[in-house]
Amino acid sequence: MTDITIDAGVKTPRHGKGRLWRGAVLPVALLAAWAVVPRLLPTPHPLLVPLDEVLAAPFIDESGREIWASLAQTLLRYAGGFALGASAGLALGLLVGASALADRLVSPSFNAVRQIALFAWIPLLTAWFGNGEASKIVFIALSAFFPVALNTHDGLRTIAKGYMEVAAVLKLSPRRRVLKLLLPGALPSILIGLQIGLITAWLGTVGGEYMIGIGRGLGIFIAEARGQFRMDLVLLGVIFLALIGFLANLGFRRLSEPLIQWQGTKP
Amino acid sequence: MNVRLLAAPRAPAGARAGIDRIVRLRPPAALSTLVLPLLVLALWQLAASHALLPVQILPPPALVLNTLADLTLSGDIFTNLGVSLWRIGIGIAIGCSLGLALGTVMGLSQAADDYISPLFRALAQIPSLGWVPILILIFGLDEIVKYLIIAKACFVPTTIAMAEGIRNIPRSYKEVATVLGLGRRATIRKLIVPAALPTIFGGLRLAFSHAWIALIVVEMLAAQEGVGYMMVWGRTLFQTDIVIAGMIVIGVIGLAMDSGLRRLERRLRRWAVPA
Repeated sequence: MTDITIDAGVKTPRHGKGRLWRGAVLPVALLAAWAVVPRLLPTPHPLLVPLDEVLAAPFIDESGREIWASLAQTLLRYAGGFALGASAGLALGLLVGASALADRLVSPSFNAVRQIALFAWIPLLTAWFGNGEASKIVFIALSAFFPVALNTHDGLRTIAKGYMEVAAVLKLSPRRRVLKLLLPGALPSILIGLQIGLITAWLGTVGGEYMIGIGRGLGIFIAEARGQFRMDLVLLGVIFLALIGFLANLGFRRLSEPLIQWQGTKP
Repeated sequence: MNVRLLAAPRAPAGARAGIDRIVRLRPPAALSTLVLPLLVLALWQLAASHALLPVQILPPPALVLNTLADLTLSGDIFTNLGVSLWRIGIGIAIGCSLGLALGTVMGLSQAADDYISPLFRALAQIPSLGWVPILILIFGLDEIVKYLIIAKACFVPTTIAMAEGIRNIPRSYKEVATVLGLGRRATIRKLIVPAALPTIFGGLRLAFSHAWIALIVVEMLAAQEGVGYMMVWGRTLFQTDIVIAGMIVIGVIGLAMDSGLRRLERRLRRWAVPA
């Protein structure tokens, strides 16, 4: 599931005015075919719903309109679970990154547990917390927790040795050391962790809903549409799944960019 | 992002000096590694032997170990693993070979990249999880669903790595090839492949770890056998010991796969540098 490819924006600028046009050819052709081909069939096929009907479903279709309420529930769950998991991950990452003892005690176990594919937690979580809200929230938190903890730890580990020595020479108090050195120094890496966590938590949200079921949510919407053989609604749900993941990533990148502007001037 | 899964290299001694002065305690490494797991195990055993929680929620460690031994001796694990490995093998073969092919085309030809890249990026936005219900509607629970999901999970990182690997070859290499009058074939074999190899291999390692995760997901959602299904089955029987045993198997195999590939990668890198 965590098949995320962070597009770090390393798009090499290449010249040629035709690029945009060329890039539009295939998507436009595909979308046009999706709108036209299903209508050319002698009898409508249940799996081939024209594009415009899929896009109109959330406004016109009885079951399609359900998606708005589902989305609201899902986004709420996403926000709650992510906040929980990200803060736990940040706390653990800071602890392990700032204390060599904690690092030695916790990191090996953390790395071992992390090897378990994320979705493999779901059966255990439902056994422990039931099929309700608690399991879903814990699963979302778990999916954000690992990348945030890992990258926070990494960020602290790679703070230049010189800075640490300065802090030692200046006899900074532990509190000031965290606020003035560790947090700012590790910030770029922490932000990467939060960005990855945001994506994995989104997949965890929809995946958890899809697998656990019960209640409302985008994942449950998709699962029910599949159960009713409504390909149009499945596609609609998947479009929202991809779109919100994309927007969350983009939004986070926009918001976090100003925070690390000074990085370029770092010695 | 699984890149730093295992290495967790110790920071250079100096970097830690300031902090270590605060915390003077320094237990030997092997011992400190075991403290937490032993503590958890002890608490787990304690809770189980006092029957604080029902067995369906927290089976005692001995029961999990027993189940693991049973599943191993009866061959159940190997049957399920065999099915899973067959699926992942086919999926990887399809996904990686298509990815290498498309990546080569996109890396070599600017025009092809211009045409394909936006569509590729848009489709890559759809996670494997989204493809599962679509493919189930089309194919039912057929094996092909598993192959396609795993193939898709490998396809994306392989394509990206292949295209990047080729694109990042220094221009001077290509000039040398022109000067030496190497043919297109020889250029690819002698120059492009060795120079792009480290990037490609990084992508392949990512592809394998994505494939493993996709396998577990698809087996939990759309299968009647396999390691992922074994856990779901244990859950429906309220046999949490099977669930935990399954998690252990999944963790160990994930670990073995990643460290094996990491070792292979290190060896390849050493070989690729002089090229």
